[in-house]
Amino acid sequence: MSEIISSDKLLKEFAPQIERTSLVGKIWIIFLIAVIFLGAFALYWQISRGHIVTGMRENVVWGVYIVNFIFFMGISYAGALISGSLHLFHAGWRKPIIRMAEFITIISLLIGPVFIMLCIGRLDRLPNLVLFGRIQSPITWDVIAISTDIVGCLLFLYLALLRDLAKMRDFTELKVPKWKKKMYKILALGYTGTAEQQIMLKRATDIMAGMVIAIAIIVYSVLAWIFSVTLQPGWHSTIFGPYFVIAAVYSGSGVLIVAMYIFRKTYHLEEHITLKHFVNVGVIMLVLAAFFGYFTFSEYLTKWYGSQKNDEQLIGILFKDYYLMFILSNYVGVLVPLIVVGFKKLRTINNITISAVIVIIALWLNRYLIVVPTLESPYLPIQDSREAWVHYSATWVEWSLTAAGVAMFCLLFTLASKLIPIVQVSDLKEEPKQVDDIYMK
Amino acid sequence: MGDKKNDDCNSRRKFLKLGLLAGAGTVASGALVTAGALIAKGHGTADAGEKIKVLTTTGEVMEVDRNFLTLAPVGRKESHIGLPGRKFVMVIDLARCKNARKCVEECQKGHNLSKDQEFMKVYLLQDSEKTAPYWFPKPCYHCDNPQCVSVCPVGATYKRSDGIVLIDNERCIGCKFCITACPYSTRTFSWKAEEAFEIDQPYSPEKSVPGVEGTVSKCDFCPDLAREGKLPYCVSACPMGVIYFGDIDEDVVTNGLETYKFSDLIRDRSGYRHLDNLGTRPNVYYLPPVDRQFPVDRGLDGLDEEVRSRYDNTPYVKNLKNKEAGK
Repeated sequence: MSEIISSDKLLKEFAPQIERTSLVGKIWIIFLIAVIFLGAFALYWQISRGHIVTGMRENVVWGVYIVNFIFFMGISYAGALISGSLHLFHAGWRKPIIRMAEFITIISLLIGPVFIMLCIGRLDRLPNLVLFGRIQSPITWDVIAISTDIVGCLLFLYLALLRDLAKMRDFTELKVPKWKKKMYKILALGYTGTAEQQIMLKRATDIMAGMVIAIAIIVYSVLAWIFSVTLQPGWHSTIFGPYFVIAAVYSGSGVLIVAMYIFRKTYHLEEHITLKHFVNVGVIMLVLAAFFGYFTFSEYLTKWYGSQKNDEQLIGILFKDYYLMFILSNYVGVLVPLIVVGFKKLRTINNITISAVIVIIALWLNRYLIVVPTLESPYLPIQDSREAWVHYSATWVEWSLTAAGVAMFCLLFTLASKLIPIVQVSDLKEEPKQVDDIYMK
Repeated sequence: MGDKKNDDCNSRRKFLKLGLLAGAGTVASGALVTAGALIAKGHGTADAGEKIKVLTTTGEVMEVDRNFLTLAPVGRKESHIGLPGRKFVMVIDLARCKNARKCVEECQKGHNLSKDQEFMKVYLLQDSEKTAPYWFPKPCYHCDNPQCVSVCPVGATYKRSDGIVLIDNERCIGCKFCITACPYSTRTFSWKAEEAFEIDQPYSPEKSVPGVEGTVSKCDFCPDLAREGKLPYCVSACPMGVIYFGDIDEDVVTNGLETYKFSDLIRDRSGYRHLDNLGTRPNVYYLPPVDRQFPVDRGLDGLDEEVRSRYDNTPYVKNLKNKEAGK
């Protein structure tokens, strides 16, 4: 019971974020909803007029939607790999940030697949994926993998939430509407913190942490295989699986840092989230930057050096039509975190956050460079095609829906932080006693 | 009236030729049997009052009503079964092509496509800088190892026993994975509801008509015409006889005027398959552009401005323009 009493002080500290929404907060939420409405209008536009309103045409049949899909699935890695592995390694400093990581995971996992649906010509026939599903198709693998991932990550998040929910239920001073209290009571599943419950919870969390890592690797590899099983010059690559996995965790670490920065500011968590956390996640980001740079380099070096005709054509496009994007995504996006986190003097919270923002943008562009230029340089040169169809550029419909996706991400994140403390209260000060060797037993 | 007679004559000639191609008129009798079955099912067709002579399996000539030979479109389920005992193949003679674009147009008309959708495309290829450019018509290759079929998540595109790869537009979810998987860029997507889609006709995957918004379509080798013993639209439309169509097992291909033994043609003229190294095993063969009947620039003459501009980015046309500018 000592656990519950000692964290009351903490709960009191976090209560305001759940009890009240500031004016700025309200404006922020209204703004997000407005952006989502714009996206809804764009969706209506697309459904009523057909996909002709997008920038996609005969050659580039996958555009920004697929890029967003890969991107959101990628940042969902923040929770899976970062919080999962930190949990397994018992990294004590992880506690104030894993809740955010897990929120990032589950929210982006819910948004990602929406983008693939936007890209599908016949939404009304979506049930066909189940009714007539063919296991030979990587899309079917993807459907299975993503739905498993969503369930796994939800469970993992829920297990981590359980003790906090119990605390919210028991914390009588919390001034929230009745429905919220009722919700806490139901969701806490009668958890009271007995030794037996603690052991069970710990064991389940450990198992799920391992599972979530494995599932996430599978999901991202399957996503990469959608591209690499085809024969297209830019996609048919054996390293795409691991390359995508690394890129995903990399972008996930970037989003986590940005989330840490924002919540630290808005909810005044300076005491809990310190420079140490930024540096630690920053170091993870640095290692991933090195890996990502390495994979990118080997991917393009072999294509360039071998000078196969179609590879050469693709490299030509990348360095000619897309060179700014290429430099920003594959040079700047790798070097900035290496330098900022690599040199001790540069390691400030602001610097690390700025490099995280750069990483996020760079990784989005990286996916764009994987999807679009390849489709613009097929085996047979694009000919006997309309001039306007040759190059892809996204229309307002696609951009609005992209913005709506980002807004939805922010909105769900904000709302989640209004329901449950953004920092794991129960874990912050003390671990359950048995913690050290339960996994060993 | 005279024209009509001519037409009849033509179609009869073609019909008999395909009867030959099919070997002792099995197509004709097959058509009759199926037509009979359809009538029995209540799809009955009134007599057109026009008799057409056909060759039966026993080698006799008999007269049947014209409408007997027009079949009701094959439904979605039946379209999974290929024409029995057939393995279709196409041979394209690059020495004869001058980008007359009749194949493109007739195919569009035949499949009721909008003007922005083409199943057949004509490329102006040039293998390398110093080699000669040539016109290169490209239908679907109906590969024996089709990437598009492998990746389809719902089985909306399928390979039949007669070698044809078809699409069921009533099942396709429009994910476009097949488009990105096809290394030959043969597949097209219906980006919007076209007026052309609104025709009163039962849907048949064998006809690819009527088109369906938000789904993928492509060249289908016209199996509906094959059932009637006719050649695909592109083959009969080509004024140069560039495209041959036939059966690889029977070792015969014809462009409607000339009929060749497929294996001889491929051997004597060094036939090849485009990008064969990809392992997709196409069923479309090309005869290399040697001893050409037309200089390559003839293909640029008489084109619509818009169509001509589609070749502006080819190395050959760029070179031509540079030369003109140099003068």
